[in-house]
Amino acid sequence: MFFPTSHAWTHDETLGEHMERRGVSRRDFLKFCGQISVMLGLSEALVPRVAAALQNLRRPSVVWLQLQECTGCVESVLRSSDPTIGDLVLDLVSLDYQHTLMAAAGDAAEAALQASMEENYGEYILLVTGSVPLEENGIYLTIGGRTGREILEEAAAGAAAVIAIGACAHFGSVQAARPNPTGAVGVAEIVRDKPVVTIAGCPPIADVVTATIVHYLTFNRLPAMDGEGRPLFAYGARIHDQCPRRAHFDAGQYVQRFDDEAARLGWCLYEVGCKGPATFSPCPILQWNDHTDWPIGAGHPCLGCTERFFWDTMTPFYERLPNVAGFGVERNADLIGAALAVGTAAGVGAHAVATGIHRARERKKGIPLPVVPDPGTGPAPVSPGSGKEGSDG
Amino acid sequence: MARVVVDPITRIEGHLRIEVQEENGRIADAWASSTQFRGIETILEGRDPRDAWAFTQRICGVCTVVHALASCRAVEDALDIEVPAAGGLIRNLVHGMQTVQDHVIHFYHLHALDWVDVVSALSADPAATSNLARSISPWPNNSATYFAEIQTRVRRFVESGQLGIFTNGYWGHPAYKLPPEANLMAVAHYLEALDWQRDVIRVHTIFGGKNPHPNFLVGGMASAINLDDTGTINAESFTKIQGMIQRARRFVDEVYWPDLLAIASFYPEWASIGGGVSNYMSVGEFPNNGQWRDTDSMYFPRGVIFDRNLSEVLPYDHEQVREYITSSWYEYEGGDDVALHPWEGETTPRYTGPQPPWTYLQDFDKYTWMKAPRYQDRPMEVGPLARALVAYASGHEDVQEVVNDALGRLGVGPEALFSTLGRTAARGVETVLLARKLEDWFNALLTRVRAGETTTFNGDRWEPSTWPASARGYGFLEAARGSLGHWVQIENGAIRHYQCVVPSTWNCSPRDAQGVNGPYEAALMDNHPLVDPARPIELLRTIHSFDPCMACGVHVLDSEGREVVQVRVQ
Repeated sequence: MFFPTSHAWTHDETLGEHMERRGVSRRDFLKFCGQISVMLGLSEALVPRVAAALQNLRRPSVVWLQLQECTGCVESVLRSSDPTIGDLVLDLVSLDYQHTLMAAAGDAAEAALQASMEENYGEYILLVTGSVPLEENGIYLTIGGRTGREILEEAAAGAAAVIAIGACAHFGSVQAARPNPTGAVGVAEIVRDKPVVTIAGCPPIADVVTATIVHYLTFNRLPAMDGEGRPLFAYGARIHDQCPRRAHFDAGQYVQRFDDEAARLGWCLYEVGCKGPATFSPCPILQWNDHTDWPIGAGHPCLGCTERFFWDTMTPFYERLPNVAGFGVERNADLIGAALAVGTAAGVGAHAVATGIHRARERKKGIPLPVVPDPGTGPAPVSPGSGKEGSDG
Repeated sequence: MARVVVDPITRIEGHLRIEVQEENGRIADAWASSTQFRGIETILEGRDPRDAWAFTQRICGVCTVVHALASCRAVEDALDIEVPAAGGLIRNLVHGMQTVQDHVIHFYHLHALDWVDVVSALSADPAATSNLARSISPWPNNSATYFAEIQTRVRRFVESGQLGIFTNGYWGHPAYKLPPEANLMAVAHYLEALDWQRDVIRVHTIFGGKNPHPNFLVGGMASAINLDDTGTINAESFTKIQGMIQRARRFVDEVYWPDLLAIASFYPEWASIGGGVSNYMSVGEFPNNGQWRDTDSMYFPRGVIFDRNLSEVLPYDHEQVREYITSSWYEYEGGDDVALHPWEGETTPRYTGPQPPWTYLQDFDKYTWMKAPRYQDRPMEVGPLARALVAYASGHEDVQEVVNDALGRLGVGPEALFSTLGRTAARGVETVLLARKLEDWFNALLTRVRAGETTTFNGDRWEPSTWPASARGYGFLEAARGSLGHWVQIENGAIRHYQCVVPSTWNCSPRDAQGVNGPYEAALMDNHPLVDPARPIELLRTIHSFDPCMACGVHVLDSEGREVVQVRVQ
């Protein structure tokens, strides 16, 4: 991935010169630009612009903070699926700080971070995986004796762009599930003075991360996003609307029990709990691990992991979503999407009321509920028409 | 004497801080601190036990299958569910490939830079590197031209001044002993392993839909088998899997294992450094017949070794497990000095350390988010070395063959295993064996499919209406990093109590009530050099030899009924 030695791109040459030295033909380079453009949903007419921008690019610095997390998102990026695209794209950057892979440790590692941020102030790209715990003055995550929040705020201050990768950086993921005892929040809750693009998923598909970086390098701005900061090129469509098993849904052909005859014919997983009708994700199109397969393709229902607070709103995972009718599906699925978005805002609280636990804790300890961003303070630009996110907050 | 702090420890999973006291170039005392807590102590309470695998899986994205599988086993144990043989064999393939892939990534991408000097590779002679590579392996990428090309790339990179992830490495440290040619060979394989790891792990994608975090299912696996359908596990799937298994084994046999032995031969002194605690434990793993509760069928046997006594392997009994919090940022109702079995486990965080930013934690009695598990009140090392020792001492023929071969080639006896180098070598030993076993399990699965035994899931107890009013279960598993246990209690269809005791909790455990150190700490104090406190490469070698996984180690997903009651009262 970011391994410079695989095809070292040096500081003093543009990407175009680098490609030429590597023996990449103009034709192959344009093909690559075309693939990236398709992934980004750009019109063919823009391919020359992508090519021109990439041609003249110089290797930018990237700082990757790993906060309260499981490292699954890092592993996902390590598996970036298409070696051609992955290597090219990931070769685009100088990865100056990345815990899982960097040689230096301790003070030497922190010095590398400080040096990169100083030398590239205002210009580096900040990638963040993991959430920020706010409870108890942030002592649930420290690195080098400093809190995650302090580290993130410092790094974000000098960043040209902030890319939040994965469900933890999105909304806190599993540790933010009811009752969220460490007060875990996503990156956009902390970084409020500049746009944060969110690559949702637990973990997300690596190609979406790389495509987002390319978009930024090409157009010098982040891609159009929905109300949660998810790039529309990847998260603009529901799984249900792109699912290869959709015909079985419409035909009323459902798996009723795992490994039954219907399962052995690859029928629809809606009855065993699939959350595809309520989930916006590129899984069915991009697929996973070099286009090998994807969760529904391998026979398991979608968990809805690209959606905010899915640990509370999408569980029990094997319970079927209510009211997704076989006909008139569009309307019903839209309604569910809207209902879920409302649930998102109230989700944690609603669960807490049901159990009576969380609010008691809140009164006792003053634990705040996870904050859902106001529409006015969320990441910009917000694109209309993304449906469910519109009612967020 | 100098106080040395290394935080963050990089090239691991998660957030680890090590503090040591250095005296005359050696480590006199050590503190291992986990600095992340996600402590969702009530998160699983009240939830559907069939969902628990997904929650616990997110404990760790590096060990991405082990918690999911241990959780399924715990729930299956509680509800008395037998997994069909085909489902069990698929789980072996998924877990086995995870272990093989994880170990290779650990060696090249997390551990190698402790032994391999990337900058030294610039002065290697590509022709001599080619000769070296040919002398140890038939792997085809071994020409002088190939190594010259790698070297050119490294040179351009170093000359660019943008060192990326290699910035501030301890290059040129006198502790690096490899000749330039061995460094160049290792750098080349570091890069090749990056491509290899994303290929072979696709076994997870075929059976579980994605990696990281493939899908599991209580009662078996969700991937239905039908050779004649396009949307299921079919003939094409099996062909792909077979290719991945072959490529996995070939890389292990021809690249990883020869590299490991070659590099080890330049560091013989590390076979007497970093031994640490002298007790080892394995809960057993890889049921040959797919029935995980049949502990006699485990490929790696279960057992306990005390005091490095390889002439006696004691039976393992999970009732002997207890956890202390004497040095951890938690409180027990019974006080700081008691130890609790996971059935009665409590996870109530109570931070008493300094307010950040801080300088030292060693001045405080409590210094970590890690608990201190003990077996019969003794600290235990778990992981590849523990598994290899238990198997070796149990007379396991495959393990004895590979271990003895390695010891012979390095010219050392079995006592060399109790060391930093022994830990790293044992990881290689089991990778070699597991890469072979993948073929066996794959063939066993094919045999069953040919015979029409394609059932992957047992749904007899899927519906909560079929469950007893209350039940409890223990799911055990040998993960890449060691012994893992999940303990679940279910009441009226929902989880009442859940506890995990995890490999890195055993290994990274702090001092217990008697002040006895855990394995990391003890290893750092065992004949351990630290020549230059400003460049603590020796410390990294020993810590990395354990392959720390901190997100796993901290008790992240516990349900504690008692605490909820307290809150309600107030």
